[in-house]
Amino acid sequence: MPGLEDLYREIILDHYRSPRNRGELAVPPAHKVEGFNPLCGDEVVLYLDVNADGVVEDLKINGQGCSISQASTSMMSSAVKGKPVAEARKLIRAFKALMSIHESKLDGESDGSDLAADLEGVKLGDLEALQGVVKFPVRIKCATLAWNTLAQGLDESENPAASA
Amino acid sequence: MSFDVDAIKKDFPILEREVHGKRLVYLDSAASSQKPEVVLDAMDRVYRDHYANVHRGVYTIAEEATQAYEGARAKVARFVGAPSSSELVFTRNATESINLVAYSWARANLVAGDPIVLTQLEHHANVVPWHILAAERGVELRWIPLTADYRLDLSNLDELLDGAKLLAFSAMSNVLGTITDVRELAEAGHAAGAKVLVDACQWVPHAPTDVQEWGADFVAFSAHKMLGPTGIGALWAPAELLDAMPPFLGGGDMIRDVRLDGFTPNDLPWKFEAGTPPFVEAVGFGAAVDYLEAIGMDRVRAHEREVTAYALDALERRFGDRLTIFGPTDVDLRGGAISFALNGIHAHDVSQVLDEDGVCVRAGHHCAKPLMRVLGVSATSRASFYLYNDTADADALVDGLTHVEQFFAL
Repeated sequence: MPGLEDLYREIILDHYRSPRNRGELAVPPAHKVEGFNPLCGDEVVLYLDVNADGVVEDLKINGQGCSISQASTSMMSSAVKGKPVAEARKLIRAFKALMSIHESKLDGESDGSDLAADLEGVKLGDLEALQGVVKFPVRIKCATLAWNTLAQGLDESENPAASA
Repeated sequence: MSFDVDAIKKDFPILEREVHGKRLVYLDSAASSQKPEVVLDAMDRVYRDHYANVHRGVYTIAEEATQAYEGARAKVARFVGAPSSSELVFTRNATESINLVAYSWARANLVAGDPIVLTQLEHHANVVPWHILAAERGVELRWIPLTADYRLDLSNLDELLDGAKLLAFSAMSNVLGTITDVRELAEAGHAAGAKVLVDACQWVPHAPTDVQEWGADFVAFSAHKMLGPTGIGALWAPAELLDAMPPFLGGGDMIRDVRLDGFTPNDLPWKFEAGTPPFVEAVGFGAAVDYLEAIGMDRVRAHEREVTAYALDALERRFGDRLTIFGPTDVDLRGGAISFALNGIHAHDVSQVLDEDGVCVRAGHHCAKPLMRVLGVSATSRASFYLYNDTADADALVDGLTHVEQFFAL
């Protein structure tokens, strides 16, 4: 049976207690996007500033929720800040693979190789500490909320007309 | 017979198990209660010895099953003080009971602009059916607010009830534990010309119930919160009201006659019981009622009052201002559901760490999101006590919460 130390790794608790990049950015030029988990009330607010070169130049986070959702948001902000959008998207895919959510699995094509494919060439670093969440299925949605919100925010930043 | 909680615990097989190597401390009976051996046995016996569809067969075991089903109805009816078991309709749960009223009575009697008065502490089961009706029919929803000490604020009741066609409220809040004065509200509702519906889901399992003394028109409750199985609940209403209502679901069992050009509904209560009913579950429901009656509901209430008082006091002494209780602290005004927030720690984290100690508490909005908004929180932790909980369970909660605090200490 998985223990608490699998879920609440020290690095996670550190991000929970001292969230990075917390704050707001002026909108515009930044884009604001909100994510909710209506079941548990977790809320993630992202301010994304994607520059003309397609780089996430700045990013601030806000919101409230459980330690896993808030730590995951903080860790996501550290991982994505300063990265090109394409790389951020790779991170999203890799993180979801880490959470055992494979895009291809939804199409019934999973053969076990996609996890390796999604993770290949992507350095997750601290984010790997969140892998223990997989052993607590109810909490996976806490960990993925920030990443789904980021994906939405990147889509909207790149295609402002669609979100207007 | 005195109240022997140790003996009662032994009647519940699940309470013997361990979780994470710790004794199971089940503090989530407001969500669903555990089942005593006698309930499990009663249902098992139907499946093994008396199983056949009810109300149809002429052979022996079909007759036995029918008698068991109708016998269970009589027990449940008597348990809540119904004058006749023909007024006790079996449903799937309290939610379906309320929906039955919304789809049958309300759609036959309410028109656009008719006011329905609810309270801010309702479970979604007593909110969403009326939202659906409002969207479909244009009825107006009004809300009785709460006082700062988590009770119903009745200071503007007359105004709220002016012209109201229905007053629907919970007898005991599943979040706050707050007990509402059913008799007083029923009288006020009737004085204003409204029908009165009581969501008694949290009340019937925990205290003596007499629907006639309450004087309400509709009373809804579920078996699974009162030691019975899932999948069965009940609606009580006076015969003349049920007789005047159109059927809810159509199908077998609810008809007297079916022709190519129409149908004639069955007598009460079967008029509202379409399809093969959950008769095995009904027998379990009846066994649960027998078990509770043998102990005595006044004793159940007294015991829970005592354990709740002990828990509230222990929480206050251990955590002081670091713990917020959402609900009355006077145990005369509340039941055994204790919602709380601990030191800024999210309810899901609280529940997760408590689980490590074998302590089961609920975390979330408890199907009462309007109330959560009023409280200004997105989620709370909730420990709820029942007849099989004792002060050792309350101590396990308090000790477990100390572990939670240590774990998330900033």
